[in-house]
Amino acid sequence: MSIQRIYMKGNEALAYGALETGLNAYFAYPITPSSEIPETLAREFGNKKYPQYKFFIQSASELEAISMVIGAASTGSLVMTATSGPGFSLNQEGLSYAACMELPFLIVDICRSGPGLGNIGPEQSDYFQATKGGGHGNYRLFVLAPASVHEMASFPKLGFDLAFKYRNPVLILGDAYTGQLKEDVEFPSWQKPNYDVSSWAVGDASGRGPHILNSMELEYQKHYENMGRIFEKYTMAEEKEVLYEEYLTEDAEVVIVAFGIVSRIARGVVNTLRKKGIRVGLFRPITLWPYPTVALRKLASEGRRFLDVELNAGQMIEDVRLAVGSGVTVDFLGRWGGIVPTEREIEHKVQRLEVVAA
Amino acid sequence: MSQQSVFKVKAGKLQSLTENPTHYCAGCEHGTLTKLIAATLDDLDVREKTVMIDSVGCSVLAYNYLNCDHIVAAHGRAPAVAAGVKRLRPELNVFTVQGDGDALSIGLLETIYAAKRGTPITVFVVNNGIYGMTGGQMAPTTLPGQITTTSPYGRDPALTGTELDASKLIGQIDGAAYVRRASLVVNEIPNPRGKVYTIKNLLDAKKAVKNAFKVQALGGYAFVELLSTCSVNWKMPILEAKRYVNEQVTKRFPLGVYRDTYGVEKT
Repeated sequence: MSIQRIYMKGNEALAYGALETGLNAYFAYPITPSSEIPETLAREFGNKKYPQYKFFIQSASELEAISMVIGAASTGSLVMTATSGPGFSLNQEGLSYAACMELPFLIVDICRSGPGLGNIGPEQSDYFQATKGGGHGNYRLFVLAPASVHEMASFPKLGFDLAFKYRNPVLILGDAYTGQLKEDVEFPSWQKPNYDVSSWAVGDASGRGPHILNSMELEYQKHYENMGRIFEKYTMAEEKEVLYEEYLTEDAEVVIVAFGIVSRIARGVVNTLRKKGIRVGLFRPITLWPYPTVALRKLASEGRRFLDVELNAGQMIEDVRLAVGSGVTVDFLGRWGGIVPTEREIEHKVQRLEVVAA
Repeated sequence: MSQQSVFKVKAGKLQSLTENPTHYCAGCEHGTLTKLIAATLDDLDVREKTVMIDSVGCSVLAYNYLNCDHIVAAHGRAPAVAAGVKRLRPELNVFTVQGDGDALSIGLLETIYAAKRGTPITVFVVNNGIYGMTGGQMAPTTLPGQITTTSPYGRDPALTGTELDASKLIGQIDGAAYVRRASLVVNEIPNPRGKVYTIKNLLDAKKAVKNAFKVQALGGYAFVELLSTCSVNWKMPILEAKRYVNEQVTKRFPLGVYRDTYGVEKT
């Protein structure tokens, strides 16, 4: 395995991670703070190093982009689009259709401040839209939350594997920081995947009946059964695909729950407070769906208190509270509008929680 | 050409047509278009490498009738889905069948940009001047004064503008290689002994369908608008609806070739 080590932005790393995974096509619409992804993939289109990378185009809108993704994914190819909040809202139509059509592809939301145009600073305020469906109807996206440039580079591989295993769209939910942050990153050269798409992909119908990719079923009982089969996949994913990271939680009295870039700040807080003898740990969900409910519940059952820190007014905290149940202290520190909490602010909050408990 | 030779029937039936009865209303020309397409896919021997993008509207159930791969697109997005397939698999024959509301209202951006980029796909748009599937609401192609459920006093151009001429619009886009407006409506010939009809329009429509697939094979974008009736939602007897298209609609939407970059009409 050859390893390259490069200093680059998260967005660029994500683009190269997708190419190293075997990306076949990218459908773009520019929006800050995600635009380095289409810019990188426009630049690399035609590079002989990536012979499998067959197509790049800038669409006329995010609606057109996600619709092109649906067509391209229907051929069983590895396809991706990336956007930020306002564009992600437009993508919802296609995501709802694609989840029902059981299409595998990768979508990236480099979350900025909302609602509306908001600003281009970092927020995690697309959490609800990302993890609870977002578009109309009963469906889920797999949601991966990278916390470093390294993870921005490696999650496309993880994402495509999940997408093709479950035949469902996978979302990488970053933020303006993970997208713009520059760090050292290593690119392992993964073996190009060879997903079996022969039972459903369109094209080459010789010797088989038609393949029909369709979200519509007018017979109620049939639609009930079709969706039931999709929900079984989701149940399986909830059992098998949960990813999280625990840092010094074993003896912790207070556990900070944070994902993405906030978990990086929280890690610093844990290190600082540990030196002062305060027993604090970090729980970082990596898959925001399926959510690491069981692992959090276990921590709660051992009598810990929790501090949920997010770049929004309180979204993931609903899942934290559901996981830990009633009677468990879950405090909250939220910042929005592009503002990121400092380590000192989080330290104060943890120490107050210590005082209240004592 | 005799009447029987409109559809070249091989071994008794068209390979590209399933045996399912269609859901189309009596007098509707959607079934005619379905059969013209099936006959053409057979003629060109491309059924196994054809992907149809079904659109939202009366054409949405086409996967029950045409024996090829299908993707059912969201309302208005069929050309973008078609582009996605075609760009990854250029050797496939990819086409859409859309209604006027789908292609010209909610999906106008997708329609225009597929043409503008010269996307090598084939787009068929059935223009019956109304939203059929949803029960007869006003479409971009509804004529001024025409009564629909959402223009119950007649379409008012002062408020909603006049009808959108799709072939004229797409015909001026430099990326488009073939644009033609044809009609799926048979014409009555005056005859003192009873009703006699000519299928000239259908022969022309079939030629347009074939040319549209040929243009895609040559690497170009093809757009064929097909005038049609919707007697149920127009609340007209079938024959009166057909007469209305032949006498009124064709005045506002003249039949003809609006663009032919490769000169396929001459061959």
